[in-house]
Amino acid sequence: MNLLLSVLEQGLIYAILALGVYITFKILDFPDMSVDSSFPLGAAVTALMIQAGISPLLTLPVSMLAGAAAGVLTGVIHVKLKVRDLLAGIIVMTALYSVNLHIAGRANVQLFSFSTIFKNELVASLPAAMQPYVPVIILAIIAIAVKLLMDAYLATRSGFLLRATGDNATLVATLAKDAGKVKILGLSIANALVALSGCIMCQYQRYFDISMGTGTLVLAVASVIVGTQLLRGFRFLGATTAVVLGSILYKGCVALALSLGLSPFDLKLVTAVLLLVIIIFGGQGRKKVKRHA
Amino acid sequence: MLELKNIVKIYQGGTVNETCLFDEFNLTIPEKQFVCVVGSNGSGKTSLLNIICGSIPIEDGAILIGGENITRMPEHKRHRRIGRVYQDPARGTCPSMTILENMSMADNKGKPFNLMPCVNRKKTDEYRAMLAQLGLGLEDKMGVMVGNLSGGQRQAMALLMSTMTPIEFLILDEHTAALDPKTAEIIMELTGRIVAQKQLTTIMVTHNLRYAVEYGDRLLMMHQGKLELDLSGEARKDLKVEHLLERFNAISIECGN
Repeated sequence: MNLLLSVLEQGLIYAILALGVYITFKILDFPDMSVDSSFPLGAAVTALMIQAGISPLLTLPVSMLAGAAAGVLTGVIHVKLKVRDLLAGIIVMTALYSVNLHIAGRANVQLFSFSTIFKNELVASLPAAMQPYVPVIILAIIAIAVKLLMDAYLATRSGFLLRATGDNATLVATLAKDAGKVKILGLSIANALVALSGCIMCQYQRYFDISMGTGTLVLAVASVIVGTQLLRGFRFLGATTAVVLGSILYKGCVALALSLGLSPFDLKLVTAVLLLVIIIFGGQGRKKVKRHA
Repeated sequence: MLELKNIVKIYQGGTVNETCLFDEFNLTIPEKQFVCVVGSNGSGKTSLLNIICGSIPIEDGAILIGGENITRMPEHKRHRRIGRVYQDPARGTCPSMTILENMSMADNKGKPFNLMPCVNRKKTDEYRAMLAQLGLGLEDKMGVMVGNLSGGQRQAMALLMSTMTPIEFLILDEHTAALDPKTAEIIMELTGRIVAQKQLTTIMVTHNLRYAVEYGDRLLMMHQGKLELDLSGEARKDLKVEHLLERFNAISIECGN
C-alpha cells in the first residue's frame, strides 16, 4: 500500500514534468537539454522562499515564472542568435547550474522544519485517517489541473500555432506568423511546467539538492514515450492523459524492478535499455503488415 | 502593383563557386494580372518567387508592393498579403492535425493567434462546402489527420487554405508538378476558378507548357536569370504550345543540353 502510494505520488510529480517535456519533445520536436537544470531551478527558488518564511503556495507561481524565464533564454539563444537547438539547451543547462547554486546558497538545503504545501496547519487539521492520502490528493489536483489547462490551451489559436510550428514551420510563415516567436513561447511554457515539477518535488522530499536534476530529461522522455507508445491503442485517451499515465506507469515499473531486487546501481542502465526497447519495438508508426498474397 | 527593381542575387558569394543569378533584374506586375513563368531548371523561377516572398535575401535592389518598399520586411510579415502553394504537398498543410483543424487555422490568418478557441464549429458546414467543390470526397473526412491523405488531396487543401482569407497575391511554385495528370488537371481548374473569383494577382511557375498557354494573361520565359520572353495581350493570344516548345528547345541547345 505504501509502495503504491509513493509510486502514485512520484508519478504525479513527474507527470507535470513529462507534460512540459511533451511540449518540447513531441510538439515542437526540440531536444531541450536545459530541462536538467530548470527542474532544480524550480526547487532552488522554492527552497529559498520557504526558508524565508514565504507562503508555500506562492512558491508554485514564482518557480513557474523562473522556469519560463529559463525557457525564454533557451529560445532566444536558439532563434535570435541562431545557435543549434541542442547546443542552446546545453548552454542554458550549464549556466543554470551556477545560478541554482547562487539561488539556493549551497548545494544541499534541508526544509524539514518548515511548512510546505504538504505539511501545514490546514493539512494538520484534517482527520488522522486521511493523513496518509493527503499528498496524493494534493498532487492529483495539481496534475489534473495542469493537464486540463494544457488541453484547453492546445485548443486555442495560440495552441494550434504551437502544434503547427513543430509540424510544419513553413505553414506558420505562410500564415503570416513568426515561427521563432512561437518556439520561444513553447519553450517558456514547457520550462515553466518543468520548474513547477521541481518546486513540488522539493517540497515533497523536503530538501533541495543541486544534483536532483541529473537525468530529468531522460526520465521525462521515457514517461512521454511510455505514455504515447504503449497507450497508443487507447485512442479515447488524449495525448496529455497518456503522458500522465505514462509517467505513473514508468515510476511503477521502476519501483517494481527495485522491489524485485534490482540493484540501484543498475537502475539507469536498465532504464536506458528499456527505453531503447520501447522505442524500437513500439515503432514510430512502422507497423509490420502481413502480406496476404 | 508588384515591382522588382535592379535585383542582384548571388549564390555562394565569396567562394570559388560564386554564381550570379540575377544581375540588375527588373520586373513589374500590375494588379490582378495572372502571370505564368516557364523556364529550364536553374533559370531562376523559384528564386524569383523566394525573393518576392522574402524566403531568401538579395544582394542589391528593391522590392515594392503598391509603391511600399518591402525589401527589408521579414518573410512572415510579407505573407499577410501573400498566399503561397509549394511544389511539395507536405509544405502547405499540417500532417498531424485533422482537416477541420487545418481549415480552421487557415481561416484565422490575419487575426491575432490568442487564447480564443481556434475551431469554430459553426463554420464546419462552410468548410465542408468548400471541400465538396473539389470533388475529392474530403468533405466527409473532417476528422481525419491530413498526414493520411494523398498528395493530390493535400495540395487541394493547401490551395484552399492559402486563399481562404483576403490576400492580394497568390504565389504558385510548380504546385501541380508532384501530382498525377488527372489530379493536376483538377487542381489547375480550381486555381483558375479561385484566381478569377478573388481577383488575385498571381504568379505561377510551371513546367507544364500547356497550362502556361491556357491559363493566365501574361507569359514569362526565363533563362539564366533573364527574361527570354515576355508576352501579354495580343502577342500572347495566338501562342501555341509548339511555339513555346520550339523556343524552349532553342535555349536548351544553346546551353548544350
